Order: sequence, then C-alpha cells, then structure tokens
Amino acid sequence: MVTETVATFEDSLGQLDVEWTHTTSDGFEATVASLIEEPAVGVSLPFDGASLPDAVTVDPTAAALESARTSVTPASFGVAEYGSVVLASTPGGAEPVSLYPELHVPVVRADDVVPGMPEAFDRFGSEIREHRSSSIIATGPSATADMGDLVFGAHGPKEVHVVILDE
Amino acid sequence: MSKSDKAAEIRRLMLAEGDAVEQNTKGFNAGRYDSVSELENYEELKDRAREIKEDAIARLPELIDQLRDAVEENGGTLYVADDAADANRYVRDVVADNDGDRVVKSKSMTTEELEVNDALERDGVDVVETDLGEWVIQLADEAPSHLIAPAIHRSREDIAELFNETFDPDEPLETAAELTQFARERLGEQIRDADVGMTGANFITADTGTMALVTSEGNARKSAVVPDTHVAVAGVEKVVPSVEDLQPFVELIARSGTGQDITSYVSLLTPPVESPTVDFDDDETPLSERGSDREFHLVLVDNGRMAMREDDQLRETLYCIRCSACSNSCANFQQVGGHAFGGETYSGGIGTGWEAGIEGLDVAGEFNDLCTGCSRCVNACPVKIDIPWINTVVRDRVNRGTDEEFDWLVEGLTPDAEPGGVPLQKRFFGNFSTVAKLGSATAPVSNWLADAAPSRWAMDRLLGIDKRRELPTFQRETLRSWFERRETAIDDPTREVVLYPDVYTNHVQVERGKAAVRTLEALGVRVHVPEVASSGRAPLSQGMIATAESHAHDVYGALAEHVDAGRDVVVVEPSDLAMFEREYEKFLPERSFERLRDNSYEVMEYVYGLLQNGGDSERLRRAPADDPGVAYHSHCQQRTLGLEGHTVAVLEDLDYDVVTSDVECCGMAGSFGYKSDYYELSVEVGEDLAGQFTTDETRDRTVVASGTSCLEQLDSLLSRPTTHPIELVAP
Repeated sequence: MVTETVATFEDSLGQLDVEWTHTTSDGFEATVASLIEEPAVGVSLPFDGASLPDAVTVDPTAAALESARTSVTPASFGVAEYGSVVLASTPGGAEPVSLYPELHVPVVRADDVVPGMPEAFDRFGSEIREHRSSSIIATGPSATADMGDLVFGAHGPKEVHVVILDE
Repeated sequence: MSKSDKAAEIRRLMLAEGDAVEQNTKGFNAGRYDSVSELENYEELKDRAREIKEDAIARLPELIDQLRDAVEENGGTLYVADDAADANRYVRDVVADNDGDRVVKSKSMTTEELEVNDALERDGVDVVETDLGEWVIQLADEAPSHLIAPAIHRSREDIAELFNETFDPDEPLETAAELTQFARERLGEQIRDADVGMTGANFITADTGTMALVTSEGNARKSAVVPDTHVAVAGVEKVVPSVEDLQPFVELIARSGTGQDITSYVSLLTPPVESPTVDFDDDETPLSERGSDREFHLVLVDNGRMAMREDDQLRETLYCIRCSACSNSCANFQQVGGHAFGGETYSGGIGTGWEAGIEGLDVAGEFNDLCTGCSRCVNACPVKIDIPWINTVVRDRVNRGTDEEFDWLVEGLTPDAEPGGVPLQKRFFGNFSTVAKLGSATAPVSNWLADAAPSRWAMDRLLGIDKRRELPTFQRETLRSWFERRETAIDDPTREVVLYPDVYTNHVQVERGKAAVRTLEALGVRVHVPEVASSGRAPLSQGMIATAESHAHDVYGALAEHVDAGRDVVVVEPSDLAMFEREYEKFLPERSFERLRDNSYEVMEYVYGLLQNGGDSERLRRAPADDPGVAYHSHCQQRTLGLEGHTVAVLEDLDYDVVTSDVECCGMAGSFGYKSDYYELSVEVGEDLAGQFTTDETRDRTVVASGTSCLEQLDSLLSRPTTHPIELVAP
C-alpha cells in the first residue's frame, strides 16, 4: 500500500520529471540491474535484504568512479513535498559517488519518506548535533540555466531515477 | 557622473544587455509568483525567517563565539576578518601553506566583494570559477550583473561567441547543451587537479558549524569535497543559531530567487567532511580506504557589517539572504540589470544597503536613484526587509553629503526641513506641493509659461527635467475651492468621510476628485474636503526624510479630529495612501500611526466596501451594452497594499469586462520619469505596459489606471485617453 506521504513524494518526483520505481528487497537486485547503464558503481546499502547486483562495483576506486555511467547510493530519507532525497556523506565516498556519474539511482525506504521540510530539519537537527555529519538534500538532476537555456547535467548527474524500497 | 553621461550609460546598457536581463529576470519573477502561491504557509515562513535573522543579528557576537567552538570541535579553524585585506591575507596564507597552485571556487558574492581572485592571482595562483555563469564573467573579465545569476546579461549567442573566441574548439559551440557540456569537461579537469576548494556559505549554524550551500549545478559539491583543503568565505551575517533554523530559508530561498521550489542541491556540510579525498588517477585504492585527511577554514568577513549592525537604519540589510527577489521584481532592474543598478559588488534594490555599509555612500549614491520606491520588492522579500526605506535613508544621507551650487535659488521657494546640500532637482520635486499651489493660483499663465521654450530649457538645465516630458497642467479651480462653492446635502448619511485632497487631485487631476465626491454622495456618504498638508510622498521619494516627517505630523494633526469624529479617510492617490499605511510608521507614534492607517482607504476599496454593505450600485454608472471593456493598470504601491482586487471587483460588479496589466510598475514613478537622466529608462519600462494595452485583445478597451504617474505615463505612450476608475463609475 502506498501511503499518502509516499504518494506525495511520487507527485513531486513527477513534477521534477524524475522517474521512480517501487520494489521490495526480493525484487531489489533485478530492479536495480534493469535501471543501470554500465559501468556502474555504488556504495553498500544499509537496508536489510537489499544488496546490489554484481554489475555494480561497490566501493570503487576514484578512477573507476570517473569512468562510471551510473551510481547507486542509499538515501537517509526522502522529503515528500519536494521530491528530495537526502544523501549522507560517508567515509565510503557516498557523496562523490552520487555526484559524478551521469545517472544517479538513489535508494530510499518508503518508511523513510517524511512529509516536508519541518520534519526533515527535525531529523537533521538531532542527527547533526550528535554526529556532526554532512548531507546533501538532492532534488532532481544537476541543472543550469547559465548557458542561455535550461540544461541538465551541469556538473552532476543528468538524470536521477529513484528506487523506493517497500517492505 | 553628469546627468547626460548617466543617461548615455543607461542607454548603452539597455541596448547591450537589456534584452537578456529582461527575459531572465522576468522569467525568475514569474516563477516566484507561481512557486510561492503553492506554499500554504508562505507568510508564516517569511515571519519565521525574519524572526530568526533579527535574533541572530542581535546576538551575533555570542553566536560567533559559539560557532568558533563548534568549528574547532569539528577540527576546523574559524577566522574573523576585519576587512577585505585581512580576509585576503588569511586566504593567501592558507593557499600558500598548502603549496596551492590552483584554487577552484564555487559562486560566492562575498569573495567578489573581497576581490580574492585578484589577490591570489597576484601570488601566481590559478583561480578558477566553476559555477558556469561565474566562469563566463571570469573569462569575459566582467563583474556580476545579478546576485545569483552573474552572467544574466549575456545571451546564449554571446556566450557561444566568447567560448569560441577564447578556446577555439574544433567544432564551434552553439547550443546551451553544447556550451554546458564543454564547460563541464573543461572545469572538471580543473577541479581534478585543484589544491584548494573555495566556497561561500548561504547560512552557517552556530550550534554545529554546519554550512548550507544552495546550488544547482553540483560544482560547489565538487569544490568542497574533491580537494583536501576547503576554505569557506562568508559574511558574519550568515550565522544562524541552529540547524532547525535553516528550514524556512531552505523553503524560501529558491522560490524567492529563481522561482524553483528548491534548488537541485542544498548541501548541509559540517566540515571537515567525512568524504574521502578524491584522486582520479588512483585506480588501486577503494574510496573507503583513501581516508579523509582534510583541512577546513571558515573565514567570516566583517568588512563594515558590524558597523551596519549598530546602524538602526542599515541593520535590516544584514537580514538579506541574497535571493535576488528584489532585483527580479524591480521594473527598472528588469531593463538595465546590475551593471547600472549596482555598485562594486551588489546590485538591485538591496544592493544600496550593502554598498552603503561596505563601500560607502559614494558608491551607493551612484545607483541609489534607480530605486523609485515603487515597493514591489517589499512583499517579494523573504525576510521582509523594507528595501525602499533603506534606499530612502541612503538617499537622504547622500543628499546631506552633497554640495550643490544653486541652493540659493530654492531656499525661498521651497521652505523645507532639509539642510543645505540637497540637490536642486530633488528639492524641486520634493517640494512639489508648493509648486502646485503656486501653479494653480497663477493658472493658466503658469502652464503657458512652464511650457514655453525658455522655461523648458531652464528646467532641463537647472532641474534636469527632460524636455520630452509633458508637464502637468495646473487647474485654476482646485478640488477644494470647487467643493467649498457647491451645495451638498446628504441627509442621514450612512457614513462620513474625509476625501484627502492630495496634491495631484487638488491641483491637476481635479476631475477625478469631483468624481470621487459624486460617487461617495450617490452612495449616501457625507463628504468633507478639508485643507490637509501633502502626505510627504514627494519629499520622501527624493530622500528628504526630515521634510516628509514634518508633513506626516501636519497631516496627522489635520486628520486626527476627523477620525475621532468617526469619519473615514478616503484617498484617491495610492502613493499617498501608502504613506499613511506604511511609511508613517517611521514618523508617528505607534498609536497615531495605527489610528490613521486603520481608518484610511483607497477610494475604490471604499466604494467596494460600501457596495458590500448595502450600497446601491444602481446609483453608479454601469457599463453600457456596447462597452469595449476596460484595460486596468493598478498602481504599484496599491498592489503592494493588496488593493488591486477591489477596483476590479467594483468594475466587474458594474458589468465592465476587465483585463489587468501584469507589469510591476509603469516606470513613471512620480518624478522619476521626468528626470532627464532616467527619461529613456522610464519610457522603456512604460513600453511594457503600453504593449500589454495595445494587443488585439486590449487595444479597443478603455484604459484605466489608479495612480497619477501611471496615467501620465500611459497618456504619453498611448494614443487613446486614459482615466481613473472612479471617473468611469461616477454618476
């Protein structure tokens, strides 16, 4: 069942022209395999039962990252109102991995989608005060209008495809 | 700069940059309206944002101490730089200590203010701007023309030409996609080998040392994370107390600026970050094993800000989050951009406050007059800064510091409350009520003489009144003298009102005043038209604050007794009503201000209220069956007060088919369009409005406008007559 919050999240993604796919941990590997373009890189996922397909190089070298076309990384949570995914910076390099390849596939658990920014910042407040962590609120692909027209993929991904993990 | 030099410079910029600036700013502005309309709690978010900024600036020294502790706990360094030289020295030392050959930067207006690029380049450091717009102006060796879109004055064709000339690629670049791809690759290589990454910071939280970076391209993410040394440079005013305080700003900043709901990336970085440093030549070490040996420096820049904090009038400027809403919503900015409407670094309405505080009054004074006080930025500002007021204060201060040789000419004619030094042109327009009184008393001779060639020559030369403008025609019989001579008998009135005889309605546009009297009486209202001083709008718009304030006291003195007698104050001229409702707050005791504000109404707003409360609309003039419809332009300040809808509702109630303009301002703005340095800009702004009223759908409609200035501008740009809405509906 899709909750109201997740439905809002989908609406927002739709308005951003960002595609999304629902899956469960059983279908996760196959779903991700169908979405990526190789070479693909990723960081390991903290979600029980969801592991990345072999085609995704987990914990790549920087050189492998530079030549990858797809990256798959976990999102700490989603923000329904905006269609945003929150990407935590980690020692494993989730931040650069999510940024360099043309296609970014963030994975967010349906239960981790919060309604709006007030809820998001409640989470950030306690999380950042405790761990002094860093995160990116990422909404749609990288974009610029500085060259006279809207273009996606200015310095970051041209395309984002969100995988929503239902349990 | 002389008036003719200034006119020439504005003309040059309108030609060279106007089209690109106009297209982009209007796009942003339209996007803002759409995006904020989707926010149910928009006003609440603005109130919250304002509250956070007020609190943060009030407690700034304490918050900086707290921030220093947090940054040091995190493993970084905080340096508070007194001025640009101090900040640059610190940054140069950091770069030198790291043997830095190349610094990659993401967009930062504060580093533009410091001119840190020049300082580093003098040390032989290669400094590369990685924001695409900022890179364009770096290549072109230009200053930003806009707070968030620095190359907004350049078209795609311009940029293609610049890239093709600079880089001579194998295939000439043409489309936006090609230009972007080229920039991405080229800048990607520069980031790859960079030693130091420099970013700005939109907000910094004192509790955790977290900086929020609001971007869309992803270059700031790369600049902050790829090199192992990160220098963030920000004004001291960017500090907010806690992480949670970021929320309203994150929801407001992009909506207010570009009209996006949110930018692609809002980075919440608590440096030094945990991400591994990236060396793309490394094809052996997995990222997780590279480690994160990072250095972080936060440079907080004072450079005049702490003095602004002590300045009761300029303090509000520090609440600015540099979203650019005030630029995009400004009709003048839309035509000239930030190269004319800007100082050393900052541009647009709020630019005056920044430049006055950071560079000084001389820099601020160079572009301050481009703010006409139309107030369209006021509701657009996400932190509710009274930007026109800041511009007025700066104008007042500039006036007081100016020497002007013709003072003797006006001292007798214009008994105002200003010290010597106020420029003659400002003094003339600021004392227009005196001129008008004299004009009516000696009409029609005054009109003949004013229009005679020698007079126009003198006005142009001494007062800077453009010869191409038609002058107002003073009426011999003022509204007050007409009113006093007529018999009125409203028995058993529903209400009693004071019709405020503003200068224009009393001396120039007298017919609309008579129409107001007839309309009110037709609806059973007893009208009084007492002698009341002019509102002070005219001197205020010239930066003559002391004179405006003395008008406020006189007006209040004349109206208070009427208000106490239960009479409502009805105002025809929206710019005068806006004085009562907004600016008098600065001049009158709170209770007096509120009493006048709460009992004052725009004339069509009042008619609307009467009709809503049982007034008989049959007594007003309905649209005839063959009426061509109405093209209505509401006054800028009237719309800021939220009073456009009342006129539309009354007209529609009386069967008029109404189309409204959607420009921010007519461009006339009181005296602005008369001034020879700004005449052409004023016309350029007005052409937008005229264009909207000459389309297939609108060209046959009756042109109706609420403000004197709007009517004057429309009269001069259209070949058909114009009228005030009250004249349309009056019996």
